[in-house]
Amino acid sequence: MSASHVSLAFRRVSRTFPGGVVALNDVSFSVPAGGLTAVIGPSGCGKTTLLRIAAGLDRATSGRVELIPKSILKDGAVHFAGDRKTSVCFQDPRLLPWRSVIDNVALPLELAGIARADRMARASQVIAAAGLSDAKYRMPSQLSGGMRMRVALARALVTRPEVLLLDEPCSAVDEFTRMQLDEEIRRVWQASGATTLLITHSVSEAVWLADQIVVMGGASIDEIYQVQLPQGSRDRTSAGFLFEVETVMKLLARAAGVVAT
Amino acid sequence: MKIRSIRTVIAPAVAVVIALAAWEVAVAITGVRAYLLPGPLEIARTMWLNSARLFDASIQTAMAATIGFVIATGIGIVAGSVIAAVPVLRRALYPLATILQMVPLVAVAPLLVIWLGFGLPTAIAAATVVAIFPVLAATIDGQVSVDPGLREIFALHGASGWTRWSKLDLPASIPNIVTGLRISAGLAVIGAIVGEFVSGYGGDDAPLGIVVMSAMREARTDLVFGAVALCAVVGFALFGLVSFVGWVLVRRWHSSAVDPSGEKS
Repeated sequence: MSASHVSLAFRRVSRTFPGGVVALNDVSFSVPAGGLTAVIGPSGCGKTTLLRIAAGLDRATSGRVELIPKSILKDGAVHFAGDRKTSVCFQDPRLLPWRSVIDNVALPLELAGIARADRMARASQVIAAAGLSDAKYRMPSQLSGGMRMRVALARALVTRPEVLLLDEPCSAVDEFTRMQLDEEIRRVWQASGATTLLITHSVSEAVWLADQIVVMGGASIDEIYQVQLPQGSRDRTSAGFLFEVETVMKLLARAAGVVAT
Repeated sequence: MKIRSIRTVIAPAVAVVIALAAWEVAVAITGVRAYLLPGPLEIARTMWLNSARLFDASIQTAMAATIGFVIATGIGIVAGSVIAAVPVLRRALYPLATILQMVPLVAVAPLLVIWLGFGLPTAIAAATVVAIFPVLAATIDGQVSVDPGLREIFALHGASGWTRWSKLDLPASIPNIVTGLRISAGLAVIGAIVGEFVSGYGGDDAPLGIVVMSAMREARTDLVFGAVALCAVVGFALFGLVSFVGWVLVRRWHSSAVDPSGEKS
C-alpha cells in the first residue's frame, strides 16, 4: 500500500474532566502523512486522553483534531466499503474470547456489513502478513500475550486505515516480546503506509520506531524532538541510538520534573 | 475418560451405595415399621411393581418442568437484556423483581389455580414463576458487566445497539446466563411439583406431585419415597442437560466452563 496522504493535526487541544482535572492543556502538533510520531511522558500526563480524542472516544473541551485534508469529525467514514480513516490498537488486546483469531480480525469488516467471504479473504491476508496463519483458527485463550497483541494489530489493519493510533501496545509484555512487537509495528507501519501515532512510556521504543517524539509533561507539550537516525538503519546497540535515547531521556526527565543523571 | 473423571463419578456413587446400605441395615436392626420408614430394597421393589405408573408420572412432571423452564429462559433473557440496556428500567424494576422473588411459591400457587384452573397449565406456570428470577438476574449481571474496553471496540466501528447486543452483550453474558439456568433448572422441577400439589390433576396419567399426595393419603410410604426419588431424578436430568449445553457453549473460551463430571475443562 502506498503511504497515507493524510496527516493528523492536533490544534490547541485541551481536555478538562469533570471536577476540574486538566488532562490536556493547549496541545498542538502534527503527525506528517505516512510518518510515525511517538508521544512519551510520565503517567497521568494526558497521553492516552490525546489518543482517545483522536479516536473519537473522548471529546476535547476546546481545540480540535483534524485529518488533513479531511476532518475526522466531518468525514470519519469510508473510502470504500469496509475501509476506515482511523484505526486503534489499545494497550490490552481487547479480543472477543469466544471468537477465533480470524473472526476477531474480521470483526471490523463484519460490523461494516461486508459479506462473509470477502471479509474472511481480507482477514486471511492480514493474518498471513502478520505471520499468524498457523493460529488462524485458535481461540485467544490459546495464544501468548505477544500473539494476542499481534492479532489486535492485525484487526486494526484489516480496515486499511490511513491513520493508525497505537496506545501503548507493548506495555503488558516482557522485554523480549516488546522487541518482537516493535519489529511488527515497524513492519505494519511501513507496509500499510499509515500515518501513525504511538503512545508509549518506553524511550528506547520511541527512538527505535519514531521520526518525531512528542515529550509531554503536566498535560502539555514540553518538547517536540526530531529523531536524527535514518529509519532503515536503527540498531539498538549502536552509539548513535544510545545517544538519541539518552537525549530523549533527559528531555523526559525535565518534562517530568526529575533530575537526570 | 481420564482417571480424574472416573474418580469424580465413582466417588459419589460409592458414597450413595454406602448410605443406602447403612439405611437398609439400620431399618433391619431397629425393626422400624415399613409405613414409617421402608428400607431401600422395599422402595426399589415398589418402584419396580409400579414402574409404568411412575414412568408416566415422571414424564408428566418432566414435561411441566421443562416447558416452564423454557418459558422462564425466554422471558428471563429477553426481559433481562431490556432491563440491562435501559438504566432507568434497571433502577425501577430490579428491586421489584428481587422483592417478588422473596414471595414463597407455595403462597402464590393457589392464585395460579384461580387464574389457570386445575391441571398442567398451573404446574407449568408455577415452574415458570419460580425459574424466571435466576435467569433474569444472571442476564442483567452478565450484560451490565461486559468489559467496557470491548464496548469501545464496537463504538469505534459505529455498531448499532442491536449489533452490539447480538455480537457482544449476549455472547459475553453466556457464562452468567448458564449459571442462572443451572439454578433455574432445579427450581423449575420444584415449581412444577408445587403446582401439581395445589392443582391436583391426573387420573391415570397423574404427575409425580399427585402420586406423592395420593400415596401419602394411602399411607404408602414406600411409594412416596419412590416418587420423591424420581422427582430428584427429573431435577438432576434437567440440571445435567443444562450443564452439558452450557459446557458446550463456553468450553472453548471461558474459565468458568465446568464439564458435566464436575471438572474444569
